Amino acid sequence: MRYLMPLIAFMILAVFLFAGLSLNPRQVPSPLIDKPAPEFELHHLHEPDKVFSSTDNVGKVWLLNVWASWCVACRDEHPLFVQLANSGLVPVYGLNYKDESTTAMQWLRQYGDPYEVSVVDVEGRVGIDYGVYGVPETYVIDKQGIIRHKQIGPVTVKSMEETIIPLIIELQRQA
Amino acid sequence: MAQPTSNSFPGNTKSSGYVSRLYGVMILLFLVLMIPGLAMSQQAIPVAEDPEVEKRMIALTEDLRCLVCQNESIAESRADFSNDMRREIREQIHANKTDSEIIEFLVDRYGDFVLYNPPMQTTTILLWFGPLILFIFGVWFLISYIKNRRIQIEEVTLSEAQRKKVDALLNEENK
Repeated sequence: MRYLMPLIAFMILAVFLFAGLSLNPRQVPSPLIDKPAPEFELHHLHEPDKVFSSTDNVGKVWLLNVWASWCVACRDEHPLFVQLANSGLVPVYGLNYKDESTTAMQWLRQYGDPYEVSVVDVEGRVGIDYGVYGVPETYVIDKQGIIRHKQIGPVTVKSMEETIIPLIIELQRQA
Repeated sequence: MAQPTSNSFPGNTKSSGYVSRLYGVMILLFLVLMIPGLAMSQQAIPVAEDPEVEKRMIALTEDLRCLVCQNESIAESRADFSNDMRREIREQIHANKTDSEIIEFLVDRYGDFVLYNPPMQTTTILLWFGPLILFIFGVWFLISYIKNRRIQIEEVTLSEAQRKKVDALLNEENK
């Protein structure tokens, strides 16, 4: 009994601490999953007099990738988006977040431009509507304009192959 | 060498040079001491135009988590994200939104995680009542421990011979 009680207390503590190890405090569950994607109208990056509206994409599955030229992690995931865009599976739209347009366009020339359209959110207001707090972030939006998945931080080969692409294919099958 | 204050005689070129050099050093020292003052005046620039709004904004943001630097509140944080949040909240206060409307706006986008004071839900029951359970357990443990000790420490009655010995020892000490 004398040694049993501390042992039990330690075991309980250890279970909690061990569970804590596998949690990532950066992975904040988004309340926007399964909610309609916030609507926005923003100017194109390359043709600033054109306006893109998020409602234009109703009826198709699309990705919204939040990126910026100052974002180092964006460079890691970028080749995956270039590859995805080349495959023609799904249109990828870019939300250029709090960036300088000239550097942003230069960045795309340098690393490739996978985006159907990139829109400019200089002040990050649309970012707030989408609950963006770290760049890059990627949203999978279905035909009804509902957010089905949010990737916080860079997309990896694993998350692309195991989560995002299967989800896109499944969503495209749905009416 | 004489004391610098005592030789202010005219014609004593050597010592007057010494005095002026002392003044020079003092002025320099004074200027050096002014430098932190300059730094302070530069930091004080971003003060709000409206102190009432600022007061409300700070009261609100003290209970909100900065998602980028997670152990800081939005009121304390210097992160870009928190700057944006403060701007957003200021604007909403100007737009006559109530505090609960503003909180709801943020929770809709960032989830309950932004709140340092989380609502009571099935997922947060342990968070709310865990400390109480630990406290009750601790009190129970303490009480049973003390009870056990009381059993262990039994009243010891001294025999007549022992009592005499004790008295003798005590008297010896008092001499």
